[in-house]
Amino acid sequence: MTMPVSITVNGTETSHEVEPRLLLVHYLRDVIGLTGTNVGCDTSQCGSCTVLIDGLAVKSCTVLAVQGDGSDITTIEGLAKNGELHPIQQAFWDNHGLQCGFCTPGMIITATEILKKNKKATEQDVRHGLEGNICRCTGYENIVKSIVAAQSVAPAKKAGKAKKGTA
Amino acid sequence: MGYVGSSVKRVEDPRFIQGKASYVGNIIMPGMVHLAIKRSPYAHAKIKKINTKKAKALPGVVAVFTGQDLLDGGCGPLPCGWNVPDIKTPTRYALTVDKARHVGDGVAVVVAEDPYIAADAVELIDVSYQPLDVVIDARKTTELEAPLVHDDISENTSYEWALGDKAVCDKAFEEADHIVELDLTNQRLIPNAMEPRACVAQWTDTTEEMIVWTASQNPQLIRLLLSAYTLLIPEHRLRVISPDVGGGFGSKIFHYPEEVITPWVSRAVNRPAKWVATRSEASITDSQGRDHITVARMALKKDGEITGLHVSTWANMGAYLSTLAPLIPTALYITLLAGLYRMKGIWGEMWGTLTNTVPVDAYRGAGRPEASYLLERLVDIAAHELSIDPVEIRVKNFIGKDEFPYQTPLAFEYDSGDYHALFEKATSLADYAKMRTDQTDARDNGRLVGIGISGCIEASGPAPSAVAGSLGFALGLWESGVVRVHPTGKVTVLTGSHSHGQGHETTFAQIVADELGVPMTDIEVVHGDSGRIPFGMGTYGSRSASVGGSALVKSAEKIRAKLIKIAAHQLEAAEEDMVYDRAEGKVYVKGSPDKSKPFAELAFASYTAHNLPEGLDPGLEEISFYDPANFTFPNSAHIVQIEIDPETGEVELQRYVAVDDVGNVINPMIVEGQIQGGIAQGVGQALWEQGVYDESGQLLTGSLMEYALPRAASFPKFEIGRIETPSPHNPLGVKGAGEMGTIASTVAVANAVMDALAPLNIRHLDMPLTPDKIWSAMQKVGEAKTAKVEYFGGE
Repeated sequence: MTMPVSITVNGTETSHEVEPRLLLVHYLRDVIGLTGTNVGCDTSQCGSCTVLIDGLAVKSCTVLAVQGDGSDITTIEGLAKNGELHPIQQAFWDNHGLQCGFCTPGMIITATEILKKNKKATEQDVRHGLEGNICRCTGYENIVKSIVAAQSVAPAKKAGKAKKGTA
Repeated sequence: MGYVGSSVKRVEDPRFIQGKASYVGNIIMPGMVHLAIKRSPYAHAKIKKINTKKAKALPGVVAVFTGQDLLDGGCGPLPCGWNVPDIKTPTRYALTVDKARHVGDGVAVVVAEDPYIAADAVELIDVSYQPLDVVIDARKTTELEAPLVHDDISENTSYEWALGDKAVCDKAFEEADHIVELDLTNQRLIPNAMEPRACVAQWTDTTEEMIVWTASQNPQLIRLLLSAYTLLIPEHRLRVISPDVGGGFGSKIFHYPEEVITPWVSRAVNRPAKWVATRSEASITDSQGRDHITVARMALKKDGEITGLHVSTWANMGAYLSTLAPLIPTALYITLLAGLYRMKGIWGEMWGTLTNTVPVDAYRGAGRPEASYLLERLVDIAAHELSIDPVEIRVKNFIGKDEFPYQTPLAFEYDSGDYHALFEKATSLADYAKMRTDQTDARDNGRLVGIGISGCIEASGPAPSAVAGSLGFALGLWESGVVRVHPTGKVTVLTGSHSHGQGHETTFAQIVADELGVPMTDIEVVHGDSGRIPFGMGTYGSRSASVGGSALVKSAEKIRAKLIKIAAHQLEAAEEDMVYDRAEGKVYVKGSPDKSKPFAELAFASYTAHNLPEGLDPGLEEISFYDPANFTFPNSAHIVQIEIDPETGEVELQRYVAVDDVGNVINPMIVEGQIQGGIAQGVGQALWEQGVYDESGQLLTGSLMEYALPRAASFPKFEIGRIETPSPHNPLGVKGAGEMGTIASTVAVANAVMDALAPLNIRHLDMPLTPDKIWSAMQKVGEAKTAKVEYFGGE
C-alpha cells in the first residue's frame, strides 16, 4: 500500500507515492535525493537529521513522510540563498564549528531555531539549546562559539540584503 | 608564503555546511540492492539450522545468503594484522558458520530491493540456536572452568606479552619506603563516530572490476586485505574509496565483515549493493575500546621519588581479534608506563583474552589512555598518602629537558619535551595555588570540590616500519605523498593519509603551499581513493601530519630541486648559484633577484620540454614514501576543577585547563579543535560512558538511549594553552595532536572526582563516575557535609 504525499522542500513542491511507514528522513534522502540531512542514530537522540518543518526544528527520523504531507520543509540544502551562505553557516566556517561534518547539518538547523527563539542567546543558552544534538568530534566548544557568533553576523547580512531590496 | 603556523579556515568546510558532503550512505545507484544482516541475539550459541525460505519468499527479496554460502563462494577469513609472538588467532568469517560468539555476530544476509524490505526479511529468517555458557570478564575467562569462545584456544588466552626489567622492578619494591596498590577496571567503551559505518559495492561483470566505497580511515589497507585475504579479487581489479567519512576515532581502521559481504553480494547478484549500519547495529558490531582489568603497584621513596611500577593487565579482546587488536594493550600500552617520569624499575605484563563480547581494538588514544589512567591514578594516590601536593610529586619525578633524547626502560626513546615548562604554564594558566585556596574554603563550607591533575605522554605517529614489524605488524607504517604540478602551475597533492574530520585538505595544502611558494588556492588535496592515490597507510595514531605531511615535504623538496635545475639551465647560471624563493614562488640567481623564473613558467617549461637540461625528464610530478625514524612523543598537563552535588552525587565540571606540547603546529585552529574534541571524549569515559554487558552477554547499552555520550551542556569553556618543543625526527617538527586530549582528560577528571571525595576517605572508584556510583559510595561512608580533613600537608 502506498499513499500520495506532497511536501514543499526548500521552496520546491515534491509529490510521490510512498509507503505509510516511510520515515520523513528517508523521503528526503532516498526519494527526493537530498542527502545533506544525515541519520546518526535510531532512537532520536543525535539530532543529525534535524530539519525545519513549517519553521520548527524537528528530528526528521521521528516523523513519517505522510505526516509531512502539505508541510513546508527546509533542509540544510535550503539555507544558503543566491549563493550566499546563511549567517549560521558562515559562522560555523569562520569559527571551526565542525570537524567530520556529519552532525553539522542538524546543528546548523537547530541553531536557526535557538537564535529565532532567543535574540540574545548566551553561551549557556546555546549549550542548553543543543541538548538534542550530539557531536563526537568537536567537544562542542566551537559549535557553541559559532552559534553565539552568528548573532553578530546576522544583522549585517540582513541589512546588506535589505539595501538590495531582496529581504 | 607563511601558511604554516596560521589558523587558515578549512577549505573543505563549504561542502559540509551546505549539506553537500559525500558520505558512503549518500550513494544511490540505478538497480542498487540493499542489504540487511541477520545477527545473533545470543552471546554464545551453536547454530543448528538456518531456514531462509520465508525470507526468500517475501516480495522484493532478491536473495538470502548464509555464512556457508560465503564460504562456498570463496570468501576467506578476516585476518588479524598484528601478530605478537606465539599468538593464537581465532578464525573469523564475515558471517559465522558454526556458532555465534557475541551478540551481533552475523549469520545471514538479506538482499532486497529496498532497505525496508530487507529489514522485514531479516525477521523472517529462522535460526535454530543452541545457547551455550557465556563468559564476558577479561580475567575470569582464563579460569579453567570457563567456557571456550573458540574450541582451539585454551583458557581463552590468545597471547601474553611483557616488557621491562623485572629484577630492577623487584629491587625497587624491596627498597621502597612506600608502596601504593590499586586494582582497577578501565571500562569498555563504544566509539560512536556520528556516521554509522556503511559500504557500497559495484561489480562490473564485463570488465570484472569491483569498486567498494567504505567508511574507512584507510581504504588502501582495506583493499589489500580484501584482495589478499577475504574477497580475493586482485588489487588491479579492485578499487576502494573512502570519500567523506564522518568520524572514526579508531573504529573505522579495521577490516569489517560487511566490507566483505557487500562486494561479494554485488558480484553474486551482479547489481550494485549497499549496506548502512543503524546505530544499534553499530553498537554490537563496531570494534569497541579499552576494557582492562589491572592490578598495579607503585614503589616510592618517602620524599616522593617514584622508583618502581608493577602492572598486570587482562585485556578483553572480545570474541575475535580485530585487525590491530593485539597492538593496543602491548606496544601502545605497556611501553608507555614510564609516563613523564624518570623511574627505572618498571615491569608490565598482560594477557589478551577472548570473551563473548564485541571485539575490542583501537579507540582514540588506544592503550595510551589506559597507561596514563593507571599511572596517574597511582601518582595521585601516592601524593595523597605521602601528603605531597600532586603537582609537586609529579614535577619532582619529571625527566629534565636536557635529558632528551631520553631512553626509557620500556624500549621507547622520547624525542623532545620540557615537562617542567609544561606544568609551569598549566599551573599558571589555572592559577593553581588559588584553586587550592578556594578549594580549602569550599571544603570549610562542606562543599565537595575536587582538583584533578594529569601529566601524560603519548607515542604518536607510528612508526618506523622495521620497529612495527618487530612488534608484530604484518605491514609497514610509512606514508606516501605525491606532489603533481600541472602545466599551468596548479598543484594536486595525493596522500595516503585519510581525513575523516581532521582537515587534511587544509593542513596539507598549507604545507605544500609553503614548500613551493604557491597560493593555497592553487592546491587541491586528494585522499581516500585507491584509484587515484598511491598505496598508503591511512590515518590513526595521530600520524597524518608527522608521517603523511613529511612525505609531502620530501616530494616538494624534489620538485624544488628539479625547478632549480630547469631555472639554472634557462638562466645560464650554475645550479649552486640558484635560490628557490619560497615566499615569492620563484627561482633566481643569487645576488641578482631580477634574473628569475616564476614557478608557473618553470612548471610549463617542464611540460613543453623544449629547453630542459640534458638528461632531465620532462614533467613535474614527484612521489615520496616517508618512513619515520621514531614515534613522536606529545605530552600534556591538564588541570580540572569539579564539584560534586552531595545530594545527588552528580559531578559538575567547573574548569578545564589544558596545556599540551604537540611540537610545531601547522594550523593552531585545527589543533585546538582536536584537543577540545579529545578532551570531551576523555571526559565522557571518566563520567558517563560505559559499554555494559549483563551476565548473559547482552549489551545493555546498545543504543544512544542507554550509552551516555557527552552533550554541549556537559562542559565549561575549555582553557587551552600550549608549549612547542619540536620533534627532531620529522622535517615539520610536529608531534601528534589527535589523541592527547583524550589521553590526558580521562584521568584528570577521575583524579578531580577522587580529590573531591578524599575528605570522605573514599580512595578509588572505577569509571564511569556516575551520580549513582558516587552517591552510593558516599552513603557508605556516612554524612558528607560534616567531613573535614587536612589535605596535602597544608601550605
